[in-house]
Amino acid sequence: MNMKSDHFLKMTRRNWLQRIQKLTILTLGACFSPAFVFAKKEDADKVIQKITRGAKIQEGKITLTIPPLVENGNLVVLKVSVDSPMTANDYVKTIHVIAEGNPLPNIFTVYLTPRSGTANITTRVRLADSQRVWAIAQMSNGSFWQGSAETLVTLSACTEMV
Amino acid sequence: MSKTSRTSITMPSSAKKGAIIEIRAIAQHDMESGFRYTESGKLIPRDIIRTFTCSYNDIEVFKADFYPGIGANPLIIFTIIASDSGVLEFKWLGDDGYEAVNQALITVS
Repeated sequence: MNMKSDHFLKMTRRNWLQRIQKLTILTLGACFSPAFVFAKKEDADKVIQKITRGAKIQEGKITLTIPPLVENGNLVVLKVSVDSPMTANDYVKTIHVIAEGNPLPNIFTVYLTPRSGTANITTRVRLADSQRVWAIAQMSNGSFWQGSAETLVTLSACTEMV
Repeated sequence: MSKTSRTSITMPSSAKKGAIIEIRAIAQHDMESGFRYTESGKLIPRDIIRTFTCSYNDIEVFKADFYPGIGANPLIIFTIIASDSGVLEFKWLGDDGYEAVNQALITVS
C-alpha cells in the first residue's frame, strides 16, 4: 500500500513536470512567433497614436531607405520618399519618422507644401538598436500612409561615455 | 544667452522657371541627445536644434522638427520648385537660445 501511493506520487510529479515543460515551450514559442516580433514597441505605438489621433493608417506609398546593416548607429543616412503628384490639390502635408527602438521614438517631422515639388527627404539619424523604422505621411486630404524598413545596428548610438 | 554656429547651404544659383531644385542644408551642432552620461555618471543635458525653416521670398515653404534622434551636424536634403528669382532664407532654432540664419540667392529664368 505504501509502495503504491509513493509510486502514484512520483507519477503525478513526473506528469506535472512534463506539463510545465510543455507549457514553457509553448509560451517561449509565442514570444518568438512573427506576430510578436513584428509588433511595434509600445512607445512607438503611442507616438503613432498621437500623430494619427486614432485615424486609420494605410500601407504603401512610402519608400524608406536605410542601410540594412549599420556599423555605427550614430550617423545613419535615411531617405524617405512619398509617392505623390505634389499638386495644390494633392500633396504630402507631413512626414513623421519613428524609430521603435530609440529611447525617444520620434526622429524628425517635416512639413511640406505643394511648392516642395517632390516629397523626398534625406537626413542622417541616430539608431540605438537593431530595429524597424517607420515613416508615416499625412496627405492633404487627411489620409495617413505608412512604410517601414528594418536594419541591423552593430554599434549603438547613445550608449558611449564621454 | 544666444549661440550660433557655422551653417552651409548647397543649391543651384540659377534655375529654369518651374524646375525642381535640390537644397542641402547643414548646421554645425553636436545635437547632444540628453541620453548620454559622463564617466562620473552625470547625465549630459539635452542641447539640440529644434526646428529648421526655409522661406522663399518671405513665404515659408519648408519646415522640419528635429528630435534627439537626428545625428550630429544635422544635414537635411529637400526639394523646392524654383518659382521666381529672389532670396531663400534658412533658419535653425535650438535649445539655449541657439539661432543660425543663412541666405542664398537664386536667379530664375
